[in-house]
Parts: sequence; structure tokens; C-alpha cells
Amino acid sequence: MAFYVVQFLTGLASAASLFLVASGLSIIFGVTRIVNFAHGAFYMIGAYIAFTLTERLSGAFGFWGSIVLAALAVALIGVLVEMVLLRRIYHAPELFQLLATFGLTLMVEDLVVLVWGPDDLVGRRAPGFKGAIDFFGQNIPSYDLFLIVLGPVVLGILWLLFQRTRWGVLVRAATQDRDMVAALGVNQKWLFTSVFAVGVFLAALGGALQIPRDAVHHAMDLRIIVEVFVVVVIGGLGSIVGAFVAAVLVSELNAFGILIFPKISIILVFLVMAVVLIVRPWGLFGKPEAAARKTPGLTVNPWRPLTSNERLASLAALVIAATLPLFAGNYALTVGSEIAIFVIFAVSLHFLMSVGGLASFGHAAYFGLGAYGIAFLAKMAGLPMIVCLLLGPLLGCMGAAVFGFFAVQLSGVYFAMLTLAFAQIVWSIAFQWVSVTGGDNGILGVWPEKWAASPSHFYWLALGVAALVTIVLRVMVFSPFGYALRATRDSLLRTEAIGINAKRIQWTAFVIAGTTAGIGGALFAYLKGSVFPDNLGISLSVDALVMVLLGGVETVSGAVIGAIVYKALNIWLVSQTDLSKLVLGGFIVLIVVVFPKGIVGMLEMLAQRRRKSSPPGSPLLAKPIESAE
Amino acid sequence: MRARNYFVGAAFALLAGGMAHSAVAQDIKIGEINSYSLLPAFTEPYRKGWQLAVEEINAAGGINGKKLVVISKDDGGKPADAQTAANELVSSEGVAMLTGTFLSNIGLAVSDFANQKKVFFLAAEPLTDAVTWSKGNKYTFRLRPSNYMQAAMLVEAAAKLPAKRWATIAPNYEYGQSAVAVFKKLMSEKRPDIQWVDEQWPPQGKIDAGPVVQAVAAANPEAILNVTFGADLVKLVREGNTRGLFKGREVVSFLTGEPEYLDPLKDETPEGWIVTGYPWYSIKTPEHDAFLKAYQAKYNDYPRLGSIVGYQTIKSAAAILAKAGSTDPEKLIAAAEGLSMGSPFGEITFRKIDHQSTLGAYVGKTALKDGKGVMVDSSYKKGADYLPSDAEVEKLRPKD
Repeated sequence: MAFYVVQFLTGLASAASLFLVASGLSIIFGVTRIVNFAHGAFYMIGAYIAFTLTERLSGAFGFWGSIVLAALAVALIGVLVEMVLLRRIYHAPELFQLLATFGLTLMVEDLVVLVWGPDDLVGRRAPGFKGAIDFFGQNIPSYDLFLIVLGPVVLGILWLLFQRTRWGVLVRAATQDRDMVAALGVNQKWLFTSVFAVGVFLAALGGALQIPRDAVHHAMDLRIIVEVFVVVVIGGLGSIVGAFVAAVLVSELNAFGILIFPKISIILVFLVMAVVLIVRPWGLFGKPEAAARKTPGLTVNPWRPLTSNERLASLAALVIAATLPLFAGNYALTVGSEIAIFVIFAVSLHFLMSVGGLASFGHAAYFGLGAYGIAFLAKMAGLPMIVCLLLGPLLGCMGAAVFGFFAVQLSGVYFAMLTLAFAQIVWSIAFQWVSVTGGDNGILGVWPEKWAASPSHFYWLALGVAALVTIVLRVMVFSPFGYALRATRDSLLRTEAIGINAKRIQWTAFVIAGTTAGIGGALFAYLKGSVFPDNLGISLSVDALVMVLLGGVETVSGAVIGAIVYKALNIWLVSQTDLSKLVLGGFIVLIVVVFPKGIVGMLEMLAQRRRKSSPPGSPLLAKPIESAE
Repeated sequence: MRARNYFVGAAFALLAGGMAHSAVAQDIKIGEINSYSLLPAFTEPYRKGWQLAVEEINAAGGINGKKLVVISKDDGGKPADAQTAANELVSSEGVAMLTGTFLSNIGLAVSDFANQKKVFFLAAEPLTDAVTWSKGNKYTFRLRPSNYMQAAMLVEAAAKLPAKRWATIAPNYEYGQSAVAVFKKLMSEKRPDIQWVDEQWPPQGKIDAGPVVQAVAAANPEAILNVTFGADLVKLVREGNTRGLFKGREVVSFLTGEPEYLDPLKDETPEGWIVTGYPWYSIKTPEHDAFLKAYQAKYNDYPRLGSIVGYQTIKSAAAILAKAGSTDPEKLIAAAEGLSMGSPFGEITFRKIDHQSTLGAYVGKTALKDGKGVMVDSSYKKGADYLPSDAEVEKLRPKD
């Protein structure tokens, strides 16, 4: 019996550290709607700075003073980031801030290694909390008890802050309806900055408090960020109590789950999230999101098909791309094939995200399923390549059909997180089912047949498929189905009112996007000759998001350009510099600041301005409808 | 549309730029790939190690009079990116062979690439047995002692312990799984009286150490096998110390004696664990002294195991290239098979039968000295003594 009590307390201690970080993220999201990918980075910097300070300052005051000081210092960095970077992009399309914080995270991962060195650092133990307390023959670390007490104390302080101060009232009001708060004359700038500072402070405090029991190292951020997002979503976005309950739920399920299934930890949080979201679409303590008041900027700048000149120009670009094998070497061709494949992947997400308004955080699942489909068909069934390429993506299609059905019942960030949960579940199956998938050692030897084996032939294949997929999806955007899909994005209520079955339309779009991603994955399997669980992983899903956002989420062609720029830059930087993350992150942050609508979005805006300033020509040409290209 | 053309053009310009390097005819180039950005704690000393080797080789006149150049790439910990890098090294840099890699899945991905493109590949670090056995191929050789070899070395010491109830803690991925599987198999062969009472599989890099330690303690084992390393190991040790998990229990642990993983533990190093590792401070052989002196003179820092691996990888590559007198992959394979050479750990041989080198490892016990973790009572275990019989290896390895 004593064992179960101690295991429960141990779970509570884990929950407390998770809650600190999660509450910060929840507050930031609730008020500013920023999906703060850099939250883990702030957590990590908190730990690093606390490590340095505790090594310098001695004594009990030195230790606890260092923890608080470190959190304050990081909060200050947070304020700086908010004022210099995020303030510029609050009006950018939804999720664009994700791109900025992603760039920051990349930079921080390289910076901490530059500053603190590559070794794992082990900090001091907390003075007064070094030992353990005997509980009927079981030991409970006294630091765990400290954390168990600290969790509810922080919850209480936050509750008082929100319920009993004017600032708290404003934060709650903004969480509920920030446009209304702005309309009532509240200075949003400072509200957002202060909220961001508090959130970052909590993250850094969570990180600093880890040093007596963890190692400080450069991958701490990734270890926590996804889990924290999951906790926030299970609890309900913007709900502090929800974050607390979710942290306890997840930690306790893990503490007791490993007694029965020792391998459960790898997937547990995602299973819990999937179940919670299917049963309660807004998390345990969340409320339905209010219907969007603003009509999206797109209605001002409607999409239209390419003009015949633009079509010719696109064709010319394609022809030029097709002549690459005439003058480029094998390496360039292979990179070209990879870029073409990522164009397919990006346009498939674009179809779901820009056209359907459904941003998926787990799109790599369908890419990876397509790749595994090829591996199964080619290696186990021994089918010829053409048949494999036709049938392989069907695995992506089936996955999308099953998961999409559940996912489209939700919207916004909840939709995104449910797709993430599904992707992680698929990933863990690929990772764990060693006898079929080979586990993380993957499936090797999936090489193309002779006719497609040479780099130039494979490049033409990839380029051809990419062009075909892009054209088909474009045609679909401007088909009646595309109009219906865009209608569900712009106003679900009106769509339903005119008799469109919105869920079915969205589900269909999900399946189309998943199948298309599967085609990309199928080609990818042949390009690399092997398939690994990585092909379904979070980082690939994030890559897809970054490509679409970089190109411009409100445009028709953004994904193509975004994929080309991001992938080419990524491959080139990794090959050229040891600090590729720092440079790539810096580049992304720069693009975010210079092109707040993405690359294509910005070019469109420039073209629009130029046309406005030029004297009116023939009334037909001067029509205010803008090119989407 | 101009925008699209511009960016397509820019992308091509980038690609073309990548191809601009042309080989200088006099140099011999080796391509090297590792997870520099993902695992700097291991790869930074590793890089220093191979840079020292390159310097020594060129100071001694290069390879048959030609200068050795190593072109190094980061794979970011992703198999797909490792293949892109391998492709760049082979297709556009024109390297004579590929070396490096740390993670098992990346080692396998590059090995499969090497097999497909008929390129010589010397795997430095990946430990999975599959590299030389179940997924072995004729183009791939490996330097470091495999999972099987390290398990066999530890089993030799572990089987002498009186403990009968054993629990295991290992990271939940291929390395952890196969380390536990081999250890269990070899151990049960030697000691049929042993019971396996609990196993814990925390996700790699994400151990929730408190509950794991409690769960193991609840099974009340007499001895524990640990396979976690890096930050996971730190958390496990800290929780285990506070909760008294290791008190009165024997612990056998993979890799924990390597400075990369032992040094961060500082004064929390648990004493008396049986570990594999690299006690650079207590190895007194002329070969190692020479290496240690050169390393410390160049970097003013002590070597980690990564330094040895990096150093010996390039030394081995150079020896193979020198013997082959050619960069033709078939000739390199012929030269490498059965080739013996010196190393800081003594003479090693690349076996003809499975392309595994006989580099060994040190087995010893952890201890605390002046607030730091060290390995004591250590002895060198030759790799050749811990490999299965040739007949068994033949069964494990597919025919080329």
C-alpha cells in the first residue's frame, strides 16, 4: 500500500513541474493566440541561467535567489522578444507567429551549445531538500514534496492574480474576446507584453526548478514542448485549472501505467489527448471557441485562377526545371528530386490548411504512411515499382479517412492537436511494432527499379508527379468542390445554411490531402531507399507547416515557393555550416519580420500597391481583383 | 509569376553552387557524417579526435604521398538527411569512402546507401548488431565493439555476481531493446538460475525517473541492468540515489564508464557499478600514452571515448587506403578484410568474416575520487574474445 501512495506522490511531483510550464503556455495562448513554439526554449534557457547562477552564488539564499533571478532574467528576454518580434506580426495570418517562435527555437538550440558547451551539465541540489523522507519503508525525495506543494501554491497565486486584480480581469476578458477588450479602450500592447512576460517567467521557473533533479542540456526544449502543448489542450486552452488537472492526470497515468505496460510512456500523453478530444472537443475545462467575428482577409483579395500569361510563365518555369539534368550533376538532381517531393508534401498540407482552413500538426503521418505503404508492397509483396507507386499512397489515404473522420469534428487548434495525436500514435506503432516495421531501424533496400534508378530519370519522375499534383489540386481549388471547401473555411454557419454538408466536404478534403501527402511519401521512400519512423515524425510535420507559412498561407501558390525555398536553404545550410540551426532560425525570423504575409503573400501585396499607384488603364485591367500568384 | 521564376532560378543557383567544388587531383578525400548538432557531447570530442588523426597522417607524408582531406557533414540525427549528405559526398565531392555515424538507424541507412551505390563505408560508432550481421553487406565495415560484444563483456563480470533476481532499465528504442535482449540471452545461458523480475522502458531522452525508480524498487531485484545514458542516466542516478534504489543492489551498466556520460555525474556518481567505458587516466600503454600526449598537447583537454573513436576511424581509413593503393571500392574491401593495425587500445583487426573490427573496451567499476566519477579496477577486453563462433556468424549474416 505504501508503495502506491509513494508512486502517487511521485506522479504529483512530475505533474507539478509539468504544470508550471504548461500554465505559462496556456496563459499566453489564451490572450495572444500565439502558438508559442519557443516556450520550451525559454524553459531551457531558464535552466541554463539558473545553473550558471547557482554555481556562482552559494548558500541557501544563493540557490533560491538564483532560481528566481534566472526566471526573471528569462522573462526579460521574453519581453524583448515580444516587443521586437511578435508585436510586428499579431496581425499576420493565424499561426504565422508559430513560424517566428519556431525560428527562435532553432536559434536557441545552437546558441546554448555555443555559450555553455556541448556537455550535459548537472546542477546543485537544493539546500535543505537534498535527502529523502522515509514513508513506511519507501523513500520520498524531499524535493518532490517541495514540488508537490509548489504546484498548488502557484495555481493559487495565479487564481488570485486572475480573480482579484484588474490585470487579471483584463486577461480573462481578452481570453474570452480580445476584440471586445480592444474596442473598450484597453491598451492591448502592454497587456500582451505583460501576459507574455508572465508566461515566459513560469516556463523559465519550471526549467530552473529542474536543475536539482535533471541534467541541463541542449535538447531539453524539445523534450518538454510537445508534452506541454498536450497538457494545455487536454485541460482546455486558456484554463489554468484545466492545465493543472491535465498535468496531474497525465503524470499519474504514466506513473501507474508503467507498472503494467513499461513501454506505455512513449505514447501515453497522446492517447489521453486523443480520447479526451474525441469525447470533449474543447478539452476538460475549455469552452467552445467563439465564432470568428472577422471575415478572413481573403475575401478582400479573392483567389482566381492563373491568367493565360501566368500559365505560360508557369509552364516555362517547369520546362526550365525539366532541363536541369542537361547541366547539373547527380547530387543536384537528387536534391532537386527531394525538393520536388517536398513540394508535393507542402501543397497537400496547403490544400487542407489554406483552402480548407484546417491546419494539421500531424501531416507527416500520411506522408510516412505512403512511404511505409511502398516499403510493405515492394519488400514484402515484391510488387513492381509502378504498381507500388499507384497502391502505396492508398495507405496514406486510408489513414486519412479514419483519422480525418474524427479530426474534422473539431476546429482550430483542437483540430491541429488531434491530428498531432493521431500522427504520434501512428509513429509509435511504426516505432514499436519491430517485427513488421523494423522499429526505429526501419525498412532498408527500397530502391527504385532500373528505369527510374538514375538520378535524372528519378528527377523527371518526381518533377512530373509534383507538377501533376500541383495542377490537379489547383484545379480542385477552383472547382465547385473547392468553392464549397473555402466556404466552410470562411463561414461554417452560412455554409451549413445554404445546404452544404460541411463535415463531409472537410472530411473529403482531409482524405485528398492525406492521399497526396502519401504520394510524396511514396516517392520519398524510393528516393532514400529506406523508410524510418522519422518519416512520420513531429519534425517533418513542423517542416510542412513552416513551408506553407513561409510561402504565405493566404495565397494559392505559397506552398510551392515555400517548399522550394525552405528545403533548398535547409539542405544547403546543413552542408555548408556547423551552425545551420542558428542561421536557418535567423533566416526564418528575418523572413517573418520582412514578409509578414509570407514570401508570395508579400510579393502579391507589392504588386497590388504598384498597380494602385499607377494611373488607371482600361477599366477591365484595373479591376481591383488581385492576382493570387 | 516572375516571383516563381526567380525562386526556381535561385534554387538552381544554390544547387549549382554546391557542385562548384572540384577535386584537387593530388588529394585523397574521405567523407565523414555524424550527428554533430544533435549529440554535441559525443561528437565534439569525436571531431577533435579525427582532426588530430588527419594532422598526424599528413605530417607523416599523407597516404602514399597524397594529402588526406576529410569532408565532414552533419546529419542532424535524421537518416534521410544522412543519405542526402552521403549523396553529396559521393556524387559531388567525389570522396573515396564514407565514414562516421553515431545512431544505429543512421548507420544502417548509410550502410544501405553504400551497398546500393557501391561505396566503401566504415561505420564508426553505431552499435546495433544489424550493421555487421543481419543487415550486413560487403561494402560496410565497423570500428566500435558492437552491442553483442559489450554485452558479452559485461555478462562475463555479471555472471559472477551472486544476484539471482534481475531488473532491467533501458531506453525504448532499438539500441536499448537489443542490448537488453543480448544481455538476457547470454546471461541466462551462463546462469540458468536467474529470474528477470522487472523491465522498464522509458522513452529515450524523456525518462520520468521518479516513477521508474519506484517501479524497479517495488520488484525488489538483487541486481539491475542499466542501458540508459546521457541526460536520462543523470536523472535516473539522481532519483535512484535519493530513493536508495542502488543501496545493497548490484548494478551493471552499458557505456556508463565513458567520460561523456560519467563526468557530468560529478559527486553523485554511484559507486561499484560494473560498466564499460574509457578510463583514460589509468591506461598505461605506450600506444595510449602517445595518443594522450598528442591529444592534450593539441587541445589542452582530456580525451573522451568519442576522441578515440574519431581518431581511430580516420587512422583505420587511412591504413585501408594506403594498403589498397587505390580508391576503387572493390580494392578497398580486399585491403580492409583481415587488415591489422595499431590503435590507442592496442592492435585491432577488421575481420574478413563479418567486417567487424576487434577493437575492445574497458570494463571496470565506478568509484568516487575527489568529488568526481572514475573507473577503477578496469581491464581491457579484446574484442576478438567476445564474438560468437564463425559458424554462428555465418548464420547471422546474409550472403553477399
